[in-house]
Amino acid sequence: MKVQTIFRMSSPYRDDFRIKAYTFGNGKKTLCLVGTMRGDEIQQQYVASRLVALLRSAEEAGMLTDKMSISIIPSVNPSSINIEKRFWALDGTDINRMFPGYDQGETTQRIAAGVFEFIKDYQFGIQLASYYLPGNFLPHVHMFRTGFEDIDNACLFGLPYVTVATPKPFDTVLLNYNWQIWDTQAFSLYAGTTDVIDHEMANITLKSISRFMLQKGIISRPLNVDDCSDIGQEDDAMPTVIDMADMIDLQAPHAGLLITKVSVGQSIRKGDTLAQIMHPYEGRETCRIVAPEDGIVFFARNKSITFQNTLLFRLIKCS
Amino acid sequence: MIQNVTALEMPIDEEFRIVKNHITHGKGKRICIVTGTHGDELEGQYVCYLIAKMVSENKHKLSGTVDIYPALNPLGIDTMQRGVPAFDLDMNRIFPGNNRGSMIEKVAHDIYTDLSGADMVIDIHASNIFLREMPQVRISETTAPTLVPYARMLGIDFIWVHQAATVLESTLAHSLNSTGTPCLVAEMAVGGRISHSMCQKLTDGIQNLMFHMGIWSEAPEEGKVGDSILCDKGDAVAFLNAQVSGIFTTEIHNGVMVREGQLIGQIISPLTGKVLSDVLSPCNGLLFTIRAYPVVYEGSLLGRIYKDESIQES
Repeated sequence: MKVQTIFRMSSPYRDDFRIKAYTFGNGKKTLCLVGTMRGDEIQQQYVASRLVALLRSAEEAGMLTDKMSISIIPSVNPSSINIEKRFWALDGTDINRMFPGYDQGETTQRIAAGVFEFIKDYQFGIQLASYYLPGNFLPHVHMFRTGFEDIDNACLFGLPYVTVATPKPFDTVLLNYNWQIWDTQAFSLYAGTTDVIDHEMANITLKSISRFMLQKGIISRPLNVDDCSDIGQEDDAMPTVIDMADMIDLQAPHAGLLITKVSVGQSIRKGDTLAQIMHPYEGRETCRIVAPEDGIVFFARNKSITFQNTLLFRLIKCS
Repeated sequence: MIQNVTALEMPIDEEFRIVKNHITHGKGKRICIVTGTHGDELEGQYVCYLIAKMVSENKHKLSGTVDIYPALNPLGIDTMQRGVPAFDLDMNRIFPGNNRGSMIEKVAHDIYTDLSGADMVIDIHASNIFLREMPQVRISETTAPTLVPYARMLGIDFIWVHQAATVLESTLAHSLNSTGTPCLVAEMAVGGRISHSMCQKLTDGIQNLMFHMGIWSEAPEEGKVGDSILCDKGDAVAFLNAQVSGIFTTEIHNGVMVREGQLIGQIISPLTGKVLSDVLSPCNGLLFTIRAYPVVYEGSLLGRIYKDESIQES
């Protein structure tokens, strides 16, 4: 294991800002994983740190394929995590919306450029991503339709679902999009939660990374994810590839207190109650969120209040 | 008449509202004055006040419609936050919105729909708390042929035609311009403050534009609307970025001509009493942006200079 500081910047009064990379094996740049990019991605930090430990053991056990190297960047943004801010604290910019970066530009553009310079030549790229709305996801692989996306390889993670989406203009500055444009086969991996650690979801995510590495011949045996968490998929089963536009979005008809009755991954039947919205003063139910058809809960809001129109659930249709 | 552009429930006994002042008289074109997309930009508040006062007190001079939208991000303005509180989103990166999307996407859709079809939209910004800007209009190069003549009618100090970036396709201005509603983006001064003189100058310019569009019967007083400096070459703007982190100090004001090698400011260390970096102008030209907030990290923008060859020759 080799530890390098790939980007360093001084601060007026805080300790230096450092981005570290952990590299395993020698040779062709084969796989790079980027952990946290935003200050609330605690689950992603946990997954990345455990992957470092697993790869260290794998390297010591001689499980890494010769002439291939793997790099893990556990955090691109320790500065924001340390003060519990989602974005770059001084100016509120999002490093994940600065790619491919610009080394003569503003601070977060420089950070993105420094990171991208290190990661851009890898064959495979994995980002442990999060979503702008608070909520939990079924672990899945997500990709943008850039013309370079590789859905066959995305299926090798062995997670039950691979989602694809057409990028919007503001998506063209994300890491995933730019990695693809620069010839890296890039995958965004959603590890279930964001600001809290979910051990089981983390294990599922780690097993999926292990499965991908095994399938691509990067490791000779599965990583020792010491848990019996079920990845949700038989080894030879093909994941379902879903366009995000084909999912059912359920929004809050009214604002209020949100009482959720289901959790992600749960199968639901048409007519099932998914949540109640309660009047915040009078304690009565103002509306009920009901499944419009049979499906599986793919995303569920995890905050206990809701605005009107807020996305509460995203469902996969059973058909 | 005060009208709701959109209204949605908030969790606890509060309605989220975007409002506009709809003033109409006679038949004619419609101009919309919008501001407050970023909650820390306040110059547009005073411009809206001046326009609302001018039009409502002199309605007989109006032939058409003036719609004034002072707060596209009311939660941000009321809580001094640039983005949309509770959503951590930049309001100006989600247009044209989505009628079936989450709350803030629907709000963006309703704003966009309400503005669509206007004969002119003026979208007033005020930089941010970090940078002080000379009054300017920013126009992407794809819309320059249509919009530069209108921008000149505003008589604003500086017109910056910049290269189109894909990410900016999610702005209100791009969404409107690309669907046939002309929109000019005005930038001036600094976030969190109001400069009366700059606001009055932009108001005079808007009055002039309304006069030329046939919406207002009276031109501004002679001499109130000047000429603009037009910057329409992609590589004509030099960016000054901090080479080190520290505290930036300067005595210089924007809107002045600077020479290559001239000291613009210094980045200092209060701990050691040393100058960490002298910030020098890389060229001759017009300093139209200067940093206002002293704390800088490596890369922080300190200034922008329009490279003006004429100063080199003089």
